[in-house]
Amino acid sequence: MTTFLGMPTAPRGVGHLRQTEPFPVAARRELANTQMRRNLTKATGIIRAKRAAIVGEVPDWEQLREAGRAIKAETMAHLDHYLEQLETNVTAHGGVVHWARDANEANRIIVDLVRGTGAAEVVKVKSMVTDEIGLNEALAQAGVQAYETDLAELIVQLGHDRPSHILVPAIHRNRAEIREIFLREMGDADPGLGDEPAALAEASRAHLRRLFLSARVGISGANFAVADTGGLGVVESEGNGRMCLTLPETLITVMGIEKVVPSWRDLGVFMQLLPRSSTGERMNPYTSIWTGVTPGDGPQQFHLVLLDNGRTAVLADDTGRQTLHCIRCSACLNVCPVYERVGGHAYGSVYPGPIGAILSPQLTGIEDNASLPYASSLCGACYDVCPVKIDIPSVLVHLRARHVEAAREGRRLPHGEAVTMAAASWVMASHRRFTAAQRAAKLGRAVGRRGQIRRLPPPFAGWTEARDMPVPAAMTFREWWRREHGREHGREDGARG
Amino acid sequence: MRIALFVTCLADTLFPSVGQSTVQLLERLGHRVEFPQAQTCCGQMHINTGYARDALPLVRHYVEVFEPHEVIVAPSGSCVGSVRHQYAVVARQCGDEKLARRAERVAARTFELSQLLVDVLGVEEVGAYYPHRVTYHPTCHSLRLLRVGERPLRLLRNVAGIDLVELPDAEVCCGFGGTFALKNADVSTAMLADKMRNVVDTRAQVCTAGDSSCLMHIGGGLSRLRAGVKTVHLAEILASTREAG
Repeated sequence: MTTFLGMPTAPRGVGHLRQTEPFPVAARRELANTQMRRNLTKATGIIRAKRAAIVGEVPDWEQLREAGRAIKAETMAHLDHYLEQLETNVTAHGGVVHWARDANEANRIIVDLVRGTGAAEVVKVKSMVTDEIGLNEALAQAGVQAYETDLAELIVQLGHDRPSHILVPAIHRNRAEIREIFLREMGDADPGLGDEPAALAEASRAHLRRLFLSARVGISGANFAVADTGGLGVVESEGNGRMCLTLPETLITVMGIEKVVPSWRDLGVFMQLLPRSSTGERMNPYTSIWTGVTPGDGPQQFHLVLLDNGRTAVLADDTGRQTLHCIRCSACLNVCPVYERVGGHAYGSVYPGPIGAILSPQLTGIEDNASLPYASSLCGACYDVCPVKIDIPSVLVHLRARHVEAAREGRRLPHGEAVTMAAASWVMASHRRFTAAQRAAKLGRAVGRRGQIRRLPPPFAGWTEARDMPVPAAMTFREWWRREHGREHGREDGARG
Repeated sequence: MRIALFVTCLADTLFPSVGQSTVQLLERLGHRVEFPQAQTCCGQMHINTGYARDALPLVRHYVEVFEPHEVIVAPSGSCVGSVRHQYAVVARQCGDEKLARRAERVAARTFELSQLLVDVLGVEEVGAYYPHRVTYHPTCHSLRLLRVGERPLRLLRNVAGIDLVELPDAEVCCGFGGTFALKNADVSTAMLADKMRNVVDTRAQVCTAGDSSCLMHIGGGLSRLRAGVKTVHLAEILASTREAG
């Protein structure tokens, strides 16, 4: 098996990509938060149903998915070429392109750019990548206040909280909780504020208006960048993005290098796949696309920061590479039975759910998010809904194997599990040893009551906390077969051992 | 037709009646069942836990044992899913291209029980009789790896006397996931709790599925709750007849 060494991963000590505790520990705590579970079950249920209905309308959905996958695979195969083409075209249209090796470099570039404008506050479009690199904290250290303008991001920011969903960062909050946060933190909220969605949206609108009109710097991510035109695109629902992208004098856009697409034509595929998969809408309310700088119209300074932060390491892995196809729709979160029960915070990273379980460990190196590839029952619901056909279950299994191999090479094996697996492999590779093991297992019949075992020792104790375990059968199948059929056609051909 | 049975290590050791039922069903339909006695385990647990290298001997063993057989059946969507979708990958990862090709050929002849009945043998009415209220849980790997779709339900609808009731949120995972149930026992239990609530809400006497592993999980939970709902493998229902009562 191949081990991937040498490619730099996302650095420690900056950003929000790393678990601070193993997933099972965090999950246990989150499972106890019954309010959060109710909020999530309700919200994911609604989005799931909307998505299923709206995807069901498209007769060639499977071909669209395949087209999305193929465009992304082509892009990843020639990423260097498309990125340089993008740089050339952005520069030709008056933009400035910056290359950031990692989160620290990106934050330094952006802080310097903001300082250069003399601005003390910036308005932000909802962006996963700025959260990934911890940009708001970096700006705060430099004395610059960043204001989130997406409603859900605003709720998270005002609530001194962490996002828990890619599309709906405050999905773990219900409207009563949001009302409380607004009243407590907004400063200018009407004390008679109700908790109807329209009232909450209006309160945030009034709160944000002053910022939109006064901010001199806007910061955004990007849903895509078009290599052959130099165009950047942001897809959103609230219009706050449009404000941030057009009103300030300076616009700084940060994007992961995987967001580039080869040509304008390719957007036809993604503009169908993305809204239907993410919000369950035929099209999203606002799509902003801009190319460099237009004199006298919109921001007169445009900077594009291209971020690696471990992505080249992902690209280097044949199986893991497809993770970079992700268009951040979050359909996989909404169908995941694990995510629905534990919520996004349990994953410890800004990227939660199934996609987070494969993306975060690859960006940081598996040792820093070692429990995430195991945070899945491998049910496969995520793969079925992924608009670009990322085979998440296979990547999870691949990452588990990489984790085991890395532990082996680091001589951190054998631990109990590895010894058990090696022993089981040895036993199972021969039917004689397997039959002997079956005979030994029958001793377990003595500890059962009414055919069930109610308590097992570690590592099986977790099972019997909530489930009985049947005792081994008095007569195994193969013993029955020998009794019934003798050896007449119980051939042992083709087998060793 | 001569059909080789891969009984799976789990059914062999813990649920022999699943294997016996598969044999009785196929023999009743006029087929000759063979049981290659050298068989052991598919190795899925090793593969899915990250121990591909330890799984390799089991992959090779399965290929060697079943290579001489034209048609192979297993009463498990999960084990067949592993044979069909993981074997060649594991062999290639371990640098054994020759084994990968052999595995692909054997995998193409390995069928889950409902696939064998409907697609290979062309039967949907197997002459079964099962006078009980039953709900069916489609296991994840049969559904999403093998795409068995409605096949098990078509077989069940043709069972005489059965009262087949729909399971709410049927396609949501029961939370088993192999070693997931041990490594993430709390999340697994939360998933199981929702599955059990849905099963109990149907007021079915029996919950059935095509995988003994998922049934062991659901059944283990129901047993602990003394819910009064039994778990019975699809093969056992299809093997039941009026005569056997």
